[in-house]
Amino acid sequence: MNQLVNAILVFLVLTGFLLLASSRLVACIRAVAIQGILLGLLAIAAQDGHPSVVGVLLPLTSAAVKGFILPWLIVRAMRDADTVREIEPVIGYNLSVIIGAVALGVSLWLGQRLPLPNQPTSFLLVPAAFFTCLVGLVLLITRRKAITQVLGYLTLENGVYAFGAAVALEMPILVELGILLDVFVGVFVMGIAIFHISRQFDHIDTGRLVTLSDRVP
Amino acid sequence: MSTLLIAVLSFGAGAIGALVFANRGRGSTICGVGGILIGCLCGIVPAVRVVLGEPSQSIRMAWDVPYGSLFLELDPLSGFFLIPVFVLCALAAIYGADYLEAYRGRKALATPWFFFNLLVASMVVVILARNGVLFLMAWEMMALSSFFLVTYEDEKESTRQAGWIYLVASHIGTAFLLVLFILLGRASGSLDFDRFSASSGAGLLFVLALVGFGTKAGFIPLHVWLPEAHPAAPSHVSAVMSAVMIKTGIYGLVRVMMLLGAPQAWWGWVLCGIGLSSGVIGVLLALAQHDLKRLLAYHSVENIGIIALGLGVGTLGLRAGLPAVAAMGFAGALLHVLNHALFKGLLFLAAGNVVHSAHTREIDHLGGLLRRMPRTGAIFLIGAAAISGLPPLNGFISEFLIYLASFKGALTLDGVNSVPMLATIGGLALIGGLAAACFTKAFGIVFLGQPRSEHAEQAHEVGLAMVIPGVVLAAACILIGLLGASVVYSMTPLISEVTGLSATIVRTSLSTAAHSIALVSITSGALVGIATLLAIGRAIALSKRSVSTNVTWDCGYAEPSRRMQYTASSFAQPLTDTFDLLLQTHRVVIAPRGLFPKEASLATETPDPYQEYIFRPLFRAIGRDLLLLRPLQQGQVQLYILYIAVTLLLLLLWQLA
Repeated sequence: MNQLVNAILVFLVLTGFLLLASSRLVACIRAVAIQGILLGLLAIAAQDGHPSVVGVLLPLTSAAVKGFILPWLIVRAMRDADTVREIEPVIGYNLSVIIGAVALGVSLWLGQRLPLPNQPTSFLLVPAAFFTCLVGLVLLITRRKAITQVLGYLTLENGVYAFGAAVALEMPILVELGILLDVFVGVFVMGIAIFHISRQFDHIDTGRLVTLSDRVP
Repeated sequence: MSTLLIAVLSFGAGAIGALVFANRGRGSTICGVGGILIGCLCGIVPAVRVVLGEPSQSIRMAWDVPYGSLFLELDPLSGFFLIPVFVLCALAAIYGADYLEAYRGRKALATPWFFFNLLVASMVVVILARNGVLFLMAWEMMALSSFFLVTYEDEKESTRQAGWIYLVASHIGTAFLLVLFILLGRASGSLDFDRFSASSGAGLLFVLALVGFGTKAGFIPLHVWLPEAHPAAPSHVSAVMSAVMIKTGIYGLVRVMMLLGAPQAWWGWVLCGIGLSSGVIGVLLALAQHDLKRLLAYHSVENIGIIALGLGVGTLGLRAGLPAVAAMGFAGALLHVLNHALFKGLLFLAAGNVVHSAHTREIDHLGGLLRRMPRTGAIFLIGAAAISGLPPLNGFISEFLIYLASFKGALTLDGVNSVPMLATIGGLALIGGLAAACFTKAFGIVFLGQPRSEHAEQAHEVGLAMVIPGVVLAAACILIGLLGASVVYSMTPLISEVTGLSATIVRTSLSTAAHSIALVSITSGALVGIATLLAIGRAIALSKRSVSTNVTWDCGYAEPSRRMQYTASSFAQPLTDTFDLLLQTHRVVIAPRGLFPKEASLATETPDPYQEYIFRPLFRAIGRDLLLLRPLQQGQVQLYILYIAVTLLLLLLWQLA
């Protein structure tokens, strides 16, 4: 069981690097979708003994939403906005990967130091969750397109979800449902917002939204 | 207690109703005024009862907010401060319904009613709250709702400026209160008032309360927001703010002093000092103003000073073990809270009538309004006499109590301890004289003589709905003045609670004062009666003869014109010249030249010296230094996320390393 959990976590970290390194939006969306499915599997695999029906159904639903429905929504938004690539990120892809490596180091160190109420299934769980959160933040900070922003938020949320799996073996159902609903609504709203931004301004470059602020240049 | 909760709910319902029916003709006005009237009628009954000696009631419910609990209590002190809130707000709402009609079609009427209801509800909760979190939340709601009322005419630059000054001032005050409550609750781990213990550092807590609550009350030099905010707000809002809202500062100060236990002697000295400076400087600045509502705002500072004097004398009496001084000092201060609410509310409403009708607040553009607005003139005159502390009106009673307390203290105490008492006597006399001079100027220039401008010429009496609230307040001023003795007697439970003295001691102490007050009331009542009889006799005697009026002897001037009248500046000049050191009046003089002078003029302006020489340079320096942080503000979403992420990460690393 532990082997399976570790394998899933390694894959999670790899998708994180993929997100940092890829300029093609479709590849990024795919990576986030894979993360969603991996997390569903993780939630089932991390349970001790015989998993209950609810304990299996909920992660499966979450995997379905994060792995298929949300990516489908984002791909549609991408087509509507006519964007295929992230052009001119704030920092380059190589630098992003290096930052990712540093983030992984920091996460591993944090994973050792962070006091937890109970022992997680795998020593990799906390670092992997942290790393995913940090990747999400890096995406949010360094990418300009609104769609990559959405992907950043999703990745951040995935990290939180993974952390939840690490801290509480059986998260209360309500909390899980809440997170799921949060993400779903969030992406839904962002999808609409992206569509409107691109229709209004003919682009979805959030950097150029600066002109909306009241700052005196 | 439950009727008070119903009152708060009624205010809330009125606020929501005002927004819901915003598009239905007079819907929001009806909802807003209705909510206020129902709430005030419900609330005043338990408030009066508890002041007259019914036992206190409280209600305590759990609340999810950390350290918060829904803990409300109605005791004599809360009840006493609630009475003016309910009376003034109900009358101001009736007045405002008509006053705001002038804005129909130009501005939204739903928002002012929404915020007015919210303001009243938050004031009631502030006075009832017995939990730090609940208190501060209501306090903040009070500040914000009044901010939105002050900035109602936000199309004017000066109004926006006034709003910002008010907002900044009240938040600086709140910052001090936050620290105060944290320190009070630290020992017991609870922010409920009944569990506060302030055995150590009571002095620091007193200073925090003095600054925090003093900002709201308007102690000099923390008063700078008052003369800006009061003129900018619609008149019924200025009436509520000046009459009752700033008194929540006094309430808070008294409440915290009760929580802190036995007072120290220097508290009394500090309160007397603040009272003296606020009173004297407040009335002097009022004397130098040309804007009617600004003048009234400075008089609020003056009266807050009188209240502080009473509190100071009472505290010193308590400290020195003189129950009579303590009881009379606190009774004078608290009665002045009620009295000032009545006559200042009255004066602001009357000033509102003038502004509404003449469309200007400039005293020098007015004149001769008594003929055009006889009812407004009459109530303004009663208010002016009351605020000047003339018998037989209510202002006299409370100031007389403070006089009695300080005379008693000065005669009993010896050496250095009698200094604040003597200073209070001298200060009160100076304040009273200057206030009378100031209101002679205000009433004389505005209501007597000939109109000084088109505005004043076209003025006309306003509708009954805008006069009746003033008439009610004037009647209350006269009634408290005539029934002063029984009013002072009925304050026994309140004073006993505030001073911690037993009811019997307080009653004997107050009875001597009540005795003298009764004598004054009877004498002045008799004088008024004789004057009325003489007037009736004169009217009867003259009724069968012809009476003609003529101009007074004008020293041979062929054509006395209206420009030859006293102006607000020239009337006050002898006094403002005497106190020029404190006022720093700016003068622009074009002196007459040559044998046949043609052009000559004098313009004076007295900006607030504290604003001018302390706060403006201070805030300008702060603003200049904060410009260094400007590069952080780039307007890019990514950059803000970076700030948050880096902060969180550093905090985590710092905590775990």
